[in-house]
Amino acid sequence: MEVIYITMAVSVLLGGLFLYLFFKNVKTGQYDDIYTPSVRMLFDDELVKEPKKDKKEIVEKKSTQ
Amino acid sequence: MSDKICYHCGLDCGKNPVEFNDKCFCCNGCKTVYEILNQNELSCYYDLDQTPGTIPKEIQGKFDYLNNPDISDKLIEFSDGTTSVVEFLIPSIHCSACIWVLENLGTLNPAIINSIVNFPNKTVRINFKAEEVSLKDVVELLASIAYEPYISLEDADKTAKNKINKTLLYQLGVAAFGFGNIMLLAFPEYFETEGYWFNHFKYMFRWMMLILAIPVVVYSAKDYFITAYKGLSKKILSVDVPIALGVIVLFLRSSYEVITDIGPGYFDSLTGLIFFLLIGKFFQQKTYNFLSFERDYRSYFPIAVTKIVAGKEESVPVQDIKEGDRLLIRNEELIPIDAILINGDGLLDYSFVTGESVPVYKGTGDKVFAGGKQTGGAIEIDVINKMSESYLTELWSNDIFNKDIPKKNIKNLTDTISRYFTITIISIALIAGAFWAFKDIGIAASVITAVLIIACPCALALAAPFAMGNMLRIFGYRKFYLKNDAVIEEMSKINHIVFDKTGTITTNEDNQLTYEGKPLTDKEKVALKILIRSSNHPLSRSLNKYIEVDIQSGKIENYKEIVGKGITGTVDLNEIKIGSAQFVGAEAKTNLSTTIYIKINKEVKGFYKSKNIYRKNVASIFSDLEKHYKLSILSGDNEGEKSYLQSILPDKTNYFFNQKPQDKLDYIKKLQDKGENIMMVGDGLNDAGALAQSNVGIAISEDINVFSPACDGILDAKLFKKLPNFLTLSKQTINTIKWSFGLSFLYNIIGMYFAVTAQLTPLIAAILMPLSSISIVIFVTLITNIIANKR
Repeated sequence: MEVIYITMAVSVLLGGLFLYLFFKNVKTGQYDDIYTPSVRMLFDDELVKEPKKDKKEIVEKKSTQ
Repeated sequence: MSDKICYHCGLDCGKNPVEFNDKCFCCNGCKTVYEILNQNELSCYYDLDQTPGTIPKEIQGKFDYLNNPDISDKLIEFSDGTTSVVEFLIPSIHCSACIWVLENLGTLNPAIINSIVNFPNKTVRINFKAEEVSLKDVVELLASIAYEPYISLEDADKTAKNKINKTLLYQLGVAAFGFGNIMLLAFPEYFETEGYWFNHFKYMFRWMMLILAIPVVVYSAKDYFITAYKGLSKKILSVDVPIALGVIVLFLRSSYEVITDIGPGYFDSLTGLIFFLLIGKFFQQKTYNFLSFERDYRSYFPIAVTKIVAGKEESVPVQDIKEGDRLLIRNEELIPIDAILINGDGLLDYSFVTGESVPVYKGTGDKVFAGGKQTGGAIEIDVINKMSESYLTELWSNDIFNKDIPKKNIKNLTDTISRYFTITIISIALIAGAFWAFKDIGIAASVITAVLIIACPCALALAAPFAMGNMLRIFGYRKFYLKNDAVIEEMSKINHIVFDKTGTITTNEDNQLTYEGKPLTDKEKVALKILIRSSNHPLSRSLNKYIEVDIQSGKIENYKEIVGKGITGTVDLNEIKIGSAQFVGAEAKTNLSTTIYIKINKEVKGFYKSKNIYRKNVASIFSDLEKHYKLSILSGDNEGEKSYLQSILPDKTNYFFNQKPQDKLDYIKKLQDKGENIMMVGDGLNDAGALAQSNVGIAISEDINVFSPACDGILDAKLFKKLPNFLTLSKQTINTIKWSFGLSFLYNIIGMYFAVTAQLTPLIAAILMPLSSISIVIFVTLITNIIANKR
């Protein structure tokens, strides 16, 4: 049962690690804005689509000329 | 109305849309933004959201002051010579497409390294190469795509607020860490009190709990000790006093038990209590960062103005203006100081000061007052007063705006109750202690501590933050933004509501026009409408809407728009002049309202009178409110509307006209001296004094992004009719809190039974304390949601 000393130490250390990470994230501003990133992550798709979109625009421009 | 809406901003394009790339635009401004985005392959903007844009404003020369290094240095947060960082507040940020286009600014100008939007705060932080672009270029780029930043020096120093928030987060983190681990360590004690392994390990478990509880008590709970001490030194028994007492007693007794090997102590309850209290505090702190409730007249003013020195234009900071300076005020710029108009035609919009948005004409030699916005060509003015002596700033010298003098002595419900509560608890502890002292002095000590522990008013302290915090959010969803949760409690105590007239119970959006004079023939109306369509002036636009005739295309010759005066042109051989009385050469009949005179072929036909219209349902709202509140109307205008108002509003309403800002403030003060609790509903800067003096000052705003004067709450003008609802909800919120107090007393009585009979075990404490806290939180959150849904 002496193993409990190790498991206890590990559990508190893990807790401490999470506390440290939480502190670090608060400090770097991860919790300053909890809305915008949720929108931002959806934009990567838009950027990939963009070249295709350009062709369409060019075609449109040509057709109007 | 046409079916075509602007591809950029979504407004109705009218009869003559600007067409480009098969798309319709309402104006050239919108088209230009589209062109810029399209050229730079950012047209994806329009796929992300339908008609995401806003109409760009004229910016020519507006940001010249940013070339002044004194000013730009204050705005730039960080600069190492090559790269600079700056953060702007952009009120027009409103959708995901805004985020996208603003974060792709680098595509528009490669010198912008990156830009990050904070959507809830409506800010964008821009990192740019200072060697290649100036701050002015960056701002002009933003303005060119209709994201004009709001720049004020006051906003430049705003660091203190964020730090407080972070401290609470750290405290919460420490409390969660301590609470979580201590719960694990305390668990075995709940079930087992004997046994080999238990006895073998219990010392380690208990000492670890003690060690883990130290940072929670010392760091996470420190604010409770500080406020309790501050309260006590002012002889106020706030709710923090029994909390601080409970925490200290819990910690000391638990430590004593562990050190002397009596038992495990109550560390689980202790840390749980602190954790829940901090969550309540966190929940309470809903702030609308993009709104400001503290603005004074300075935030309305530009940072810098153009001064004319020896024929040359020069940008100077506002505070450096001296008597006798000659200033150049461009279209859309604000006059920062009382002055005499020297050159040009002033068409001043005093809506900031009076709430009245129809511009007033001023000619050369007329006195112009600070706060007026020029809405025409550029004008030159000579400064006649010092900044501190101007009409506007005088109001701000009133003590009510001095933040160092505490405004009102607000005693909230929780603190009022906790005063009696604390006294009762201490008496019970002493009586029970005295009773046990005859039998066993040891038990007496433990009974006293047990009473103080179990009585720790966790539930009491949580009820108000959760109920009001939740209601604050519900109000926010419904576009009624309050400064903080204490305003809800103040609202529930109101017994007299004072309204401003112009801009508050009338709307600035639509003007009702009435015609007086010789009737116009249909033919004349058609000619008039053809001419008026060409003008973009607000009055022309409302006149265009008002004249309902079908028109064919007509040809206009000699069209001329003279800014601040009127328009003239020849349609179908009819020479038409539309504008001020002076412009058409008529005698002004009335000074009380804005008029547009019509002259056709040298004959003055008559005039259109513009009148503010009252918001919908004003009469029914007033009769609703009248059942519970006294009502008053304070207006800066003359008595012209009095008889009409009396005819539609309840009989008991009090009316006061020709009220200067100071008069409004004094009226509120007079009522308060009589012991009444006042809610002031206003909109303009002229109400600012009254808004600050009243118990609750609510600013009505047509557009919440436009800045309102200092107040306790901002209400979207479209929701004016909901005002009685919000008042009822705030009352019900307070009732909910009172009910939950009842519930928490019930828990206390149960706990007290265990405590005075010396039966309080750590297990009972560990069950009872979280149970009471959580059930109170659930109770108030549920009830506030239910009552809010009903309305």
